Amino acid sequence: MDITKLSAVEIKQQIKKGTISCVETVQAFLNKIKQFEKYNAILETFDDAIENARIMDKKIKSGFNGKLAGVPIIIKDNILYKNKLCCCGSKFLKNYKAEYNSTVVNKMLSEGAIIIGRANMDEFAMGSSTENSAFGITHNPLDFDRVPGGSSGGSACAVALDMCPIALGTETGGSVRQPASYCGIYGLKPSYGRISRYGVVAFASSLDQVGIFSKTIEDNALMLEVLAGFDENDETSSKTKVEQYTKFENADKLKIGIPNEIIKMIKGMDCENNFFDFINLLKKNGLQIVPVSIKNIELALATYYILAPAEAASNLARFDGVKYTTRNQNAKSLQEIYKKSRSEGFGKEVKRRIMLGNYVLSSGYYDAYYNKAKGVQGLLIEDCLNAFKLCDVLIMPTTVGEAYKIGSKPSDPVETYKEDVFTVTANIVGSPSLSIPFGKGKNKMPLGIQLFGKKFGEKNIYDLALLVEKLVKKEANNAI
Amino acid sequence: MQYDVIIGLEVHAELKTKSKCFCSCKNEYGSSPNSNCCPVCVGLPGALPVLNKYAVEQTIKAGLALGFEINPIAIFERKNYFYPDLAKAYQISQLEKPICVNGHLKVFDKNIPINRIHLEEDAGKLVHSGNETFVDYNRGGVPLIELVTDALKEPHIETADEAIEFLTKLRQIYIYSGVADCELEKGQMRADVNISLRPKGSNRFGTKVEMKNLMGFRSIHSAIEYEIARQKEILDDGGKIEQETRKWDFEKGESYTMRTKENAEDYRYFPDPDLLAVKISADDIERIKKSLPPLPEQIKNKYMQEYGLSEYDTDVLLADKSIADFYEQCITVYPQPKSVANWFTTEILARIKGGAGLGIDKKNLVWLIKAVDEKKIQRLTAKEFLADIWGKDYDAEAEAKKRGIMADLSSDFVFNILDKVMAEKQAVVEQFKREKDEKILNFLVGQVMKETRGKANAQEVMEKLKEKLIQGE
Repeated sequence: MDITKLSAVEIKQQIKKGTISCVETVQAFLNKIKQFEKYNAILETFDDAIENARIMDKKIKSGFNGKLAGVPIIIKDNILYKNKLCCCGSKFLKNYKAEYNSTVVNKMLSEGAIIIGRANMDEFAMGSSTENSAFGITHNPLDFDRVPGGSSGGSACAVALDMCPIALGTETGGSVRQPASYCGIYGLKPSYGRISRYGVVAFASSLDQVGIFSKTIEDNALMLEVLAGFDENDETSSKTKVEQYTKFENADKLKIGIPNEIIKMIKGMDCENNFFDFINLLKKNGLQIVPVSIKNIELALATYYILAPAEAASNLARFDGVKYTTRNQNAKSLQEIYKKSRSEGFGKEVKRRIMLGNYVLSSGYYDAYYNKAKGVQGLLIEDCLNAFKLCDVLIMPTTVGEAYKIGSKPSDPVETYKEDVFTVTANIVGSPSLSIPFGKGKNKMPLGIQLFGKKFGEKNIYDLALLVEKLVKKEANNAI
Repeated sequence: MQYDVIIGLEVHAELKTKSKCFCSCKNEYGSSPNSNCCPVCVGLPGALPVLNKYAVEQTIKAGLALGFEINPIAIFERKNYFYPDLAKAYQISQLEKPICVNGHLKVFDKNIPINRIHLEEDAGKLVHSGNETFVDYNRGGVPLIELVTDALKEPHIETADEAIEFLTKLRQIYIYSGVADCELEKGQMRADVNISLRPKGSNRFGTKVEMKNLMGFRSIHSAIEYEIARQKEILDDGGKIEQETRKWDFEKGESYTMRTKENAEDYRYFPDPDLLAVKISADDIERIKKSLPPLPEQIKNKYMQEYGLSEYDTDVLLADKSIADFYEQCITVYPQPKSVANWFTTEILARIKGGAGLGIDKKNLVWLIKAVDEKKIQRLTAKEFLADIWGKDYDAEAEAKKRGIMADLSSDFVFNILDKVMAEKQAVVEQFKREKDEKILNFLVGQVMKETRGKANAQEVMEKLKEKLIQGE
């Protein structure tokens, strides 16, 4: 049995039965990480992983039955795990050790997870390709010359290459769904407020959420069940009841909405045919499809690239060379400490967004940009509320096309920003959205479809995802 | 030329709360550096603020004490700037929707309009030592209220005296409402002052100059007078006032330019996405209103009308809340407000102002005042006795008895001494009988008092002596 091919749910069962031990499991995944080192998905494996597995084996023997008992997990490099490095893919934080556990880490540990390593990412989660890491580019698990997507590219690659069954990423505008799509796995961005952000290094606080990568839909639902819920350390976490996501229900009565605007937007895009294939699959199997409208969706991208940098500029100001970030040693005054340390510490894309963010917040431009973007955000929320009067789940492509070649994006950053056109809306309106692997692009690279739910409607999208998984299998069998 | 002076005040006061504004660290003065700190108040990556609801209540309380309207929804915003004492490189503050809006404070005969009171977090403190600078984040995140007067509306604060009266009254209201301790030497109350001048009668505002972070009422007073004089001089010479921020040098007694308009910071305020909007219901406001302790103005009315104290005595008593509180305690056990007030405004305050601290407890003080009122101790004797037992752990009654300073009112005691003195001073007695000179009588009273070692009442001795001498005729 190749343990690394098992899902988290299966690993848990096998360990419980005693067919495999927690130590064996962790070792198997550590070997996999070593084997695929050249993909540069993992920045560090934790040297206490085996020891923690040994302790967990004992605990399980004495009756411990946590929801993740013995399951190896990888976290993105911006999630704090006490006494472990947390660098956010930035050389500015290259020596920074977490002083406390994030709430998500605490929750996973208390359910028996073994956190075995941290994954590469675009610096401070800014980017869509994991080419912006200070610690090197991560490669696509299916084609070494291509990007895995980003910013959580390391986590996505790790799951796709069986380095762990479940990995955590973070989302601000698609950083989990897009790499999930590029790597052919499941990636969830939960509703804003569903998971505590405490101990997750902030990019844009009003849009950030921890996201979940998995190979199966059951694993994804299991992890959300562990992570979701109110946290007194995060005011913006929600008190809305956490549903039992792993108790799947029949989804064939759900009404599926297709935004008219999306149909127009995808004309000529690589994702176009695949999206229609998906619609046809649903139709063929009797699901009810309704046309809806999100009339301001074309403004979502511009809105995102105002709101996110604005918050980022403020959130990243604390990295100033005075405290935990690396200080430039030639600085001769306070102003120089700030200027030189920040100029040297941050990468190009991060600096670009900090400047953009400060610009849109500066006096004289605030109303024209930030305030206007806030206004559009309101309109988009209203659009979505109206659309959800007609349907339960919206569908749209995750990405414009398949994973592109490393280094192939033009130097104009706006071209790269356009990659996020389908993902940012969920962040702007606070909705949950799950990217499920579906179909292939012209280079046989995987594509993804988003199941986009009402706020706190994760249950619906998991149910629908499981149904889709069955339909896809049925289709494949029929084809044979 | 004659000018109108317009003075605007921004007053910061540290709120009295157990914990900081956005974390559960202690809000405590004087702890060892960086001992009251956590990931939130030192701005570690990933840490998030959680609002201390009590800090909001305290701010509402301050607002209600000054007759403010309370906003039903208040919003926290980030004020972004770099400085090492500001851990996150932004201060959580309020801009568009502060907790309190539109208040007033009566200063002499003017009702000064106040624009707002908002809640924000304090910054840490830089400690310089030789070539090195250290940061102490204990104060970082301590809840601070900022009050801003409304210089766009009339009437204005126009003189240094009015500004100081404003600050004095404000401080008193904060202290009495339990919102803040406002200990000036601890920096718990600080003020920024802005001043502009315009030709008398003009209704256009002049260019305003701001003076930052003034501590202590004396330096505020001097800084204002200095700035008014400086601006007058420039304007009289036909010059123009430059919009700038100036810093007051306490030692030199002058101010200097800190930054000009060109270098003014752009704080890039925006709503803090980590914090929810604060909803304040009418019920909350009502509940907090009910919890508001009596304020100086109300207490003053009571003292003057019910207790019959003079305005001067009342003001003296209320100037220090701990004194006023002690006074209230004393008159609950001995309901003679005037008599007690008399002791407070003279003996007690003089001793405290001498720097001795409060050196007597309620039981001893009340016993002493009562004993004097009942003529059991001579007032003068009592004053000396108070000085003796001040700050010491005596039981006043037992000690007075031990020392034998209690008045002996038995007629035998006084008569015996009268007889003794009259016998000894036969010649003087005779002289009085002849001349009926008051001075001679006073001399005799003095002799008797001396013999009684202060235990008798001089008035009584005088009367008894008169009786005797006249009777003797």
